[in-house]
Amino acid sequence: MKENRAIYGILLAGAAVILHLLMTIHGIDFQTQGGIFVILGLSLLLMEGHADVFNMGHMVGYAAFVLILMSAPLFLNRYWVDVLNNVGLYALLGLSLNIILGNAGLFNMGHASFYAVGAYTAAILNTTYDIPILCLIPMAGVAAGLFAAVVARPIIHLRGDYLLIVTIGFVEIIRIALVNNVFGITGGSNGIFGISGPNIFEFLFDTSRPKIFGLKFTKVHEFFYLIWIFVALTVWLFHRLESSRFGRALNYLREDEVAAEGSGINTAWYKLLAFILGATWAGMAGVLYASKMTIISPESFSFWESVLVFMIVILGGSGSISGAILGAFLIVGLPEIFRGFADARMLIFGLAMMLMMIFRTQGILPPRARVFST
Amino acid sequence: MEQFFQQLTNGLAVGGIYALIALGYTMVYGVMKLINFAHGDLFTIGSYLGLTLLTSLMLTDRIGAFLGVLVLVVMVMGLVGVVGIVLERAAYRPLRESPRLSAVVSALGASIFLQNTIMLIYGAKFHFYPQDILPKMAINLLGFPVPLMRIILLLTSLVMMIALYLFIQKTKIGTAIRAAAIDQGAARLMGIDVNGVVMIVFLIGPALGGAAGVMVGLYYGQVNFTMGWLYGLKAFTAAILGGIGNIPGAMVGGILLGVIEALGAAYISIAWKDAIAFCVLILILIVRPTGLLGERVAEKV
Repeated sequence: MKENRAIYGILLAGAAVILHLLMTIHGIDFQTQGGIFVILGLSLLLMEGHADVFNMGHMVGYAAFVLILMSAPLFLNRYWVDVLNNVGLYALLGLSLNIILGNAGLFNMGHASFYAVGAYTAAILNTTYDIPILCLIPMAGVAAGLFAAVVARPIIHLRGDYLLIVTIGFVEIIRIALVNNVFGITGGSNGIFGISGPNIFEFLFDTSRPKIFGLKFTKVHEFFYLIWIFVALTVWLFHRLESSRFGRALNYLREDEVAAEGSGINTAWYKLLAFILGATWAGMAGVLYASKMTIISPESFSFWESVLVFMIVILGGSGSISGAILGAFLIVGLPEIFRGFADARMLIFGLAMMLMMIFRTQGILPPRARVFST
Repeated sequence: MEQFFQQLTNGLAVGGIYALIALGYTMVYGVMKLINFAHGDLFTIGSYLGLTLLTSLMLTDRIGAFLGVLVLVVMVMGLVGVVGIVLERAAYRPLRESPRLSAVVSALGASIFLQNTIMLIYGAKFHFYPQDILPKMAINLLGFPVPLMRIILLLTSLVMMIALYLFIQKTKIGTAIRAAAIDQGAARLMGIDVNGVVMIVFLIGPALGGAAGVMVGLYYGQVNFTMGWLYGLKAFTAAILGGIGNIPGAMVGGILLGVIEALGAAYISIAWKDAIAFCVLILILIVRPTGLLGERVAEKV
């Protein structure tokens, strides 16, 4: 379908030119325009990679996505690189919830609590014992995983909606516990501040803030590569996991729990494993968040944080890796574009959720049907 | 003893409010098997509408405090009921046949939408109810002074609950609601207009929630656009506590939760007040997911 490809190319280029002109008329500066184009472009490339919507081929889409994303810090200003950092963090959270919600079909609205456990573990250990952030990533992951094991064990048998409500209860209890300075180590409602950065490049080059290609390499860029390389590793790992025995067991469980049980799958055990794995990843994302912000407080881990991650998975396409990343781009990246209507942003968001469920229940990029070789 | 009695009456008054909101959750869940996440926001709409009508119509000055408040509550109930019907048409009816998760997500979207609509209209700051509407006197009860407001709140919610119970049990429409709750398909075959039943449920539930909104405004004196979510979650806890889908259960659960919370805040720690309610929620779901009164199939609404 070569003609189609040309038509799509022309249409997209035309749309880009019109958008550029419109934004220029409205006095939006080039840096902001660049950010907007990168976020929109990356979202489209992700769709192309997953679903081949523009007939350019899956691999072309993904390859272009990776290339543009990795080179984005070279031409974007720090604000937009930071937006991409946030997108990356939420992509990690989305991917981790995708294991629980998408693959295993467990309605977990308590993801913010695992994220909080990871972030607070890192913050406490980093500020009181000076343990470097990079070492804390696995430690906090283990802490969040253990927390999930303890918390999820008694509630794992609950049916869909009930599980949803219980996990909401957990998020709120955790938040209240953090506000009330439980054990005297969480800093109450002020939170914890002075969390250090990863400082990889100082360690590698033994020089502060080196210039690469004439670009001043700052903390934002450091986090950009740290976060997105972590996302890449996660994608690779979870992709492998999907086709493993574990991944197939989870899918079976989601489709028909009784049949899965009948086929000899230990459903309670696999559900618990899904929870622990998702929580571990959320905990590790929490470390990156704490380090990036240098300050964390209970309000960052409220119920709405869970809703946001839940939406990322559902809107992107529950059970699909590209979907979770696209969801992060749409839910975290897109609102940055509409900063002008900051007040009405959440309103539109709510409306979009309703419309999405009515017109495209399965999400934008539902998982592709698995092909088995005969 | 004095403190215990005061906290008990406070808990009963707040519990009555929880019970009214819980009825909305439980009725919708009974008929549609859906957690109406937007219910808490309908409650907020009720309290804001109450505030607007109270300050603009000056009802309490014209026809007396008690009658004025009564008329106000009835007006708010009607308006919020209409909002509820519109909500059902827009957000839930198209999803009647979809997987349950879609309806839950749509409900969350509706909640975010309503909450932000309130914020755009009224602003993000706290709004205050006028403080001198109902006389601030205390009545001597068993030798302890009890604020009149608490007694009025408890009586109002009890009257509404009894009225609802009789409506569900004794009228033809109530029978239709009970039938639709047990089996929608069979009810349809028996000539019951299930869409009509759903509409009535979405009229009564939000109306009771709206009344609860006005009552909270009168009792605490301040309202905020985010308050619906906390009240909603607690009322949902109450519904689960009593057994979701069960109308007497929601009443018992609401009052019980109010009392547990008030006593817990007084004797354990005020800072953990909200956490106590959620601990109750988690414990009840782990130990007895059907709630105290169980999911009695025959009377499930």
